[in-house]
Amino acid sequence: MELLVASSVGVLTAAGIYLVLRLRTFPVIVGTALLSYAVNVFLFASGRLAVNQPPVLRDGVTAYTDPLPQALVLTAIVISFGMTAVVVIVALGAYLSSQDDHIDDGPGRDDVGEEAQP
Amino acid sequence: MSLFLIVALPFLGALLPGLMIRAGRNACGGTTFFVTLTAFAGLMTHVPAVMAGEVLTARLDWVPALGLNANFFLDGLGLFFASLILGIGLLIIAYARFYLSREDDMGEFYTYLLLFQGAMVGIVLCDNILMLLVFWELTSLSSFLLIGYWKHLPEGRQGARMALIVTGMGGLAMIGGMLILGDIAGSYDLSVILEHRDRIQASPYYLPALLLILLGAFTKSAQFPFHFWLPHAMAAPTPVSAYLHSATMVKAGLFLMARLWPVLSGTEAWFIIVTGIGLVTMVIGAVVALFKNDLKALLAFSTVSHLGLITMLLGTGTAFGAMAAVFHILNHACFKAALFMTAGIIDHEAGTRDITRLGGLRRLMPVTFVIAALASLSMAGIPLLNGFLSKEMMLEEAAHTVLFNSALLVPVLATVGALFSAAYSFRYIAHVFFGSQQDNANGQPHDPGFGMWAPPAVLVVLVVAIGVAPFLAEPLVRTVTAAVLGDAAAMPDAHLKIWHGLTPALTMSAIAVTGGMLLLIAFAPLARAWAVAGPPAAKAIFDAIIGAIIALSRTITERLHDGAMTRYAAIFSVTVVAVAGHAWITGNAPAPAREMLPVEPLPLAGWLLLVVATLVLVWQHRNRFLALVLMGVVGLMISVGFAYLSAPDLALTQLSVEVVTVILLLLALNFLPRETPMESAGGRRLRDGIIAAAVGLGAGALVYTILLGDFAAQTISAYHLENAYKGGGGTNVVNVILVDFRGYDTFGEIIVLGIAALVIYATTEALLSGPVRARLLNRPLENVAGDAHPMMMVVVTRLMMPLVLMVGVYIFLRGHNEPGGGFIAGLVVAIAVVMQYMASGYAWASGRQRVPYHGIIGTGVLVAGLTGIGAWFFGAPFLTSAFGYFRIPPFEKFELATAMGFDLGVFLCVVGAVMLSLDSFAQMARRSGIAASEYDIDIDPSRDHALDTDKAEG
Repeated sequence: MELLVASSVGVLTAAGIYLVLRLRTFPVIVGTALLSYAVNVFLFASGRLAVNQPPVLRDGVTAYTDPLPQALVLTAIVISFGMTAVVVIVALGAYLSSQDDHIDDGPGRDDVGEEAQP
Repeated sequence: MSLFLIVALPFLGALLPGLMIRAGRNACGGTTFFVTLTAFAGLMTHVPAVMAGEVLTARLDWVPALGLNANFFLDGLGLFFASLILGIGLLIIAYARFYLSREDDMGEFYTYLLLFQGAMVGIVLCDNILMLLVFWELTSLSSFLLIGYWKHLPEGRQGARMALIVTGMGGLAMIGGMLILGDIAGSYDLSVILEHRDRIQASPYYLPALLLILLGAFTKSAQFPFHFWLPHAMAAPTPVSAYLHSATMVKAGLFLMARLWPVLSGTEAWFIIVTGIGLVTMVIGAVVALFKNDLKALLAFSTVSHLGLITMLLGTGTAFGAMAAVFHILNHACFKAALFMTAGIIDHEAGTRDITRLGGLRRLMPVTFVIAALASLSMAGIPLLNGFLSKEMMLEEAAHTVLFNSALLVPVLATVGALFSAAYSFRYIAHVFFGSQQDNANGQPHDPGFGMWAPPAVLVVLVVAIGVAPFLAEPLVRTVTAAVLGDAAAMPDAHLKIWHGLTPALTMSAIAVTGGMLLLIAFAPLARAWAVAGPPAAKAIFDAIIGAIIALSRTITERLHDGAMTRYAAIFSVTVVAVAGHAWITGNAPAPAREMLPVEPLPLAGWLLLVVATLVLVWQHRNRFLALVLMGVVGLMISVGFAYLSAPDLALTQLSVEVVTVILLLLALNFLPRETPMESAGGRRLRDGIIAAAVGLGAGALVYTILLGDFAAQTISAYHLENAYKGGGGTNVVNVILVDFRGYDTFGEIIVLGIAALVIYATTEALLSGPVRARLLNRPLENVAGDAHPMMMVVVTRLMMPLVLMVGVYIFLRGHNEPGGGFIAGLVVAIAVVMQYMASGYAWASGRQRVPYHGIIGTGVLVAGLTGIGAWFFGAPFLTSAFGYFRIPPFEKFELATAMGFDLGVFLCVVGAVMLSLDSFAQMARRSGIAASEYDIDIDPSRDHALDTDKAEG
């Protein structure tokens, strides 16, 4: 199970980084969203994994999973929504104002020479 | 008067000139004068006590944990400097009133001047070296403003920048030195530091601390090789030069050396550095001063030279040297400020400060001549004037100082310095006031009004008074010297006298004065030789260095920071991987300590779905809509994973956040291109792929190691599990942590969320009020659904609304004990409302939404905050929760907790924030030409049937 979680985080991180390195706003936003999934799972995993031990107190039950990372991740999920929303409006505003959704800046744009021809 | 008030008065007073200038220039100057006068009078009330040897203190603990306290103390040294700052400040304020022309903004000038004054008084009175550093930097900043006061002059701007760079750099070094010093002494309070001479001088960090502190002091006091900024600061208005650059600010470095004299002086390093630098500065300054043709430049270099003289005296480390230094600080402040003011008068009246264009002013400006001549002669060291007394003491001290095993080095150089000093003092008189009258740019120069010559006259009266009757100054000098010496040395048994007998000092003095006169006679050929063979201008060197630094940083910046965000991201990723890889290879990861959980088929299927969805997403990311759908799949799998791994709260949250995120991105996608064009070449994609794979591999390996390793330290989770019910009254530990244990964090988080929503709202409003609005309204319609508001969906969402709201309430109420709570309930309710928007259209839904979302966010934060504040009324800290169990007969026993009020705030804030964000996006979707339906439902068979019948009948 641990291997599955670890590999999920790895795949999500790699996908997120790859998309963040794209040149247009939309893939970058999707990339950051994937990265925040990865980070949230990472934080959650710091409490170690447990099956069928929810941190809800019951009489006669003594084994519970670690509640603290869960509380931290819960707010992180909500905040990452706020972050995504702000990034989206910034990207949208930039696109609507300039009709251009490149994320790199003006004349010094990275790899202009490298960019594939149409 | 309280010491706090004395320090605060100039700062408070700085608010007034800008206001009073509306009432006229006299009112403005008068107010400023009065502010300083009040502070000065307040200071004077302490004179008897301080002269009697008392040390007054005022303490206020500010940030005791950092050792940062607003403590002030007033001893002889502080009193002496504060009197100079405020006393000469008074004269300068009066002088500036008449000096500034009508075009100058007087309010601005006096504001800066008072800011500077407050900072200086702060330096000399404060007891805490951290506070001292703050005031120190404030003087650098305010002097920057004052030097650059004439913003239209390029020299002013350049001079201001140079002064800021040099003194600011020194200030940074000093911060380091002071922190080391405080660390050695174990306290940042000066009064404590001064008691630890032995410990400080024995510390291995003594030398670094000394060097850093001296760097600060030397840059501020214009010591070689940092002296060059001072002449360039002369581009400032003359009152500034007279005040900052002769009497006060440049003395701050001397003050600091005097203040720390008991703990820093007396070592070999101190002696060689301070005496050596002081001596070099004194000679270089004096020589350069003689050949300057600009009156203020001459005075500036002479100031450099005299500052070097005082530095040298402090460096010798003897009690007599300290006494001479104190006395010369007083004397120099008097005659030099007066000289600067006369230079300003000459500039003002004759229209030039160029000595070669001046001459014969003796007859035209007799009053100015008398003042300038007396002050100059004092500077030259002529008997019966105060400069003679302290220069005599300096030469006496020099005669006994042995540097580098040479008994001659110091006395000879000191005499050379004094000789050039006499020469330029004589030149100031001879070439400006005597000789033939030169061309006069301003017609016939004449003496200025009383207001302008009175301030320097006051100072010259002091010059003569002290010179004739030195015993008048003796009590003050002795008190101040005692304060400088502290416990480190005994008070010297010397007295201020005009006649000491035929001492070596008198001989040296005679040589200096005679030599000075000879130099002046031979001035013309010497000046020609100097013009040919003189040293290069320091400004050129400085500009070259700064230019090189700028070029270097520009090269680095343009390479790394060229506006390409992808490049930063790539560099960042590679760096992180490199650092982490280094740690991984050199460190030793703990061996697995836990059993791996068995893999069941269902989780395996979920994992497979997640990985496949992610890979397809990357592969097909150019199709943006598909990417969004796949992102939803990934999010869904993650929430299922949370549910499986014992995190029901996270699963619920992730699920509902996923829904709103996808809706939000769909709204945005409405305006963005549907496809991402292929731009990167294959090589670049490969490069990115390798970087991404490396980061992913690292992250995966890290998680794997963590998951199989044991906790490095005892976790605090057991505490939370144990106390959730006993202390927080809830069985859902995650929720109790959120609303109780870590309530403060949550409080901050909902505020952040609210701010994010407001940012989105504000950005949308800004966008929609600009040219974007027209473009949006007129964009071509494409892919419009035939049926914008399908009847089935409208009916179902409206029927569902009360049900979903009830689910929301249920999730909210049970949150404390079962999975749920404010966050999740808020998201669920928000989704219910969003469904109405989607089904029935923006116009219909927002027409029925009567409470603005900003208000809901605000109410949420308010409710949460008030719940927290409620605890204060029971004497408990912010956000302490309480709970109890109640029974109202028909119901079962139930629990009420104050945490519920807090959770209500969270709930409201989440609803408001999510809705405000989505609502803002939806606002953009409105377009022209489509009116909102006037009916509740677009399609209504009965209505449409009736219309059809109407038509048929009509």
